[in-house]
Amino acid sequence: MAIIGRIAVHVFKESVRDKVLYNLVLFAVLLIAASYLIGQLTAGQDVKIIKDLGLAATQIFGLFIAVFIGIGLVSKEVERRSIYSLLSKPIRRHELILGKYAGLVLTLAVNVVVMAATLYLVLGYMSWVESEEFKATWLRPAADPAMLPAIFLVFAQLALVTALALFFSTFSSPILSAVLTFGLYVVGHFNADLRNFESVVDSTAAAYLARALYYALPSLAPFDVKAAVVHGEPVTFGYVAMTTGYGAAYVAALLLAAVFIFSRRDFK
Amino acid sequence: MSTPAITLDGLTKDYAVGFWRPRPHRALDQVSLEVATGEVLGYLGPNGAGKTTTLKLLMQLIYPTAGTAEILGCPAGDVDASLRLGYLPELPYFYDNLSAEELLIYFGGLFGLSTADARERATTLLDRVGLGAARHQRLRRYSKGMLQRVGIAQALVNDPEVVFLDEPMSGLDPVGRRDMRELIRQLGAEGRTVFFSSHILSDAEALCSRVAIMARGKLIATGRIADLAFEVRGWELVVSGASADDVRALGLEESTREVDGRQVIELAIDQPPDRILPELARHGAQVVSLTPRHESLEDYFMRVVSQPGEAS
Repeated sequence: MAIIGRIAVHVFKESVRDKVLYNLVLFAVLLIAASYLIGQLTAGQDVKIIKDLGLAATQIFGLFIAVFIGIGLVSKEVERRSIYSLLSKPIRRHELILGKYAGLVLTLAVNVVVMAATLYLVLGYMSWVESEEFKATWLRPAADPAMLPAIFLVFAQLALVTALALFFSTFSSPILSAVLTFGLYVVGHFNADLRNFESVVDSTAAAYLARALYYALPSLAPFDVKAAVVHGEPVTFGYVAMTTGYGAAYVAALLLAAVFIFSRRDFK
Repeated sequence: MSTPAITLDGLTKDYAVGFWRPRPHRALDQVSLEVATGEVLGYLGPNGAGKTTTLKLLMQLIYPTAGTAEILGCPAGDVDASLRLGYLPELPYFYDNLSAEELLIYFGGLFGLSTADARERATTLLDRVGLGAARHQRLRRYSKGMLQRVGIAQALVNDPEVVFLDEPMSGLDPVGRRDMRELIRQLGAEGRTVFFSSHILSDAEALCSRVAIMARGKLIATGRIADLAFEVRGWELVVSGASADDVRALGLEESTREVDGRQVIELAIDQPPDRILPELARHGAQVVSLTPRHESLEDYFMRVVSQPGEAS
């Protein structure tokens, strides 16, 4: 456990020192600021737009961090041959994979918290400057705590995407890993369509294949409750727990597969 | 007899070559070797002989096709062995964004050292390899030679009993090579077992109690350099008290250069020194040194490999 922790801290330190990370955080902050300006121009809808944009920006910037750092976690070590000295230390290969994963999830957690805090600050400021009559037109309060489940699920989804990126990078090139991860990210949002594929096609084989794919591919749409939250629909604790549980199981399976592949690899 | 520090038993590694129809290529073929505790062993061979493959098998960066490798009685790759060994990879590379000190603290932590202990150890080691002044500099700004020195420091972070060095002299300037030789000598004097690979015979000559010689994946000879019947290809004769004219009179001006007032004469194999020395003595020259020039490792391999059975 101590070894996994030390590797995780090293990953966190490295990504913090990578200028890319600062840029991404800066971009998120700028985007939220821009969304505030848009809000100024659209009477009545401003809070909704800012919540929408803020949550979407958190997700997209998190996604870029998860994929672009995720694919490099292992492959960069192999490519630059730093893995040679690292693996000669008293660590087991599965500890390396788990430590790397934990480190990037920690990095993402810090990022998501910073972005969420920025969003709440912007919304809190709006609430503070607006008149009471104007606030009465808002569906939900500006700094609405109901956004927290949505933010948490964005984070859970990013943790799953990180596991995908890490899994692919244990056996394919960084570029291919990025393509596969982004591909699955998109597919994951439309996965539910595969479930009822038999109502579209006649072939039983195709329907079974679609059903198998539905279970094998990650379902990412359930993690996306931004629209519901912004429009004031409730997201229950049970739903969040179920979705998180699904994510955790999927992550566990991916990490297990990554460890299986990585432990058998020759570093020529 | 105590357990050898390193034992290779029939160690074999095949790589698949070719994408469409992969065929096995034997990179290492049935290598068996024992290295006693405290021994400094030079693992020599030309490029592609299987030296790095052997070291990677010992670190379990790759898995053997057949055979076993043991370090201090533990199977290679075992955490108990890793705790007691250090490894310098060939042309090492680390993390751009860390300083040398941070790298050593990170690696020290993997051995269970506290940050304070690891920092203290880092300071000692970086001073030892001559990087004390650059310890806070990010590794991205390090030269190849400096990275090699960091590589040595990280290999010693756990005060290892067995040290593996893969081509430790490569990428180093003459001063670096001298420092590295001195360091290896010290490691041996401290009682550590040192296993280092090189493709240059002279690297090993002054340092090793024993050498193992590899060619085309096979171990072709082991023993002391003096016993390994390297062919003499000529001599280097240094004399003082003779002028350039004296040397010219002997018809040796082509192969002579003057260094610090001394004549350094390269003698070919058909110019044995016993024929030339009396002549030089008649001109009033005194012999400063006479060193045989051995064939290069490459020549040795070419000879031994083409005539199997000649190696001792």
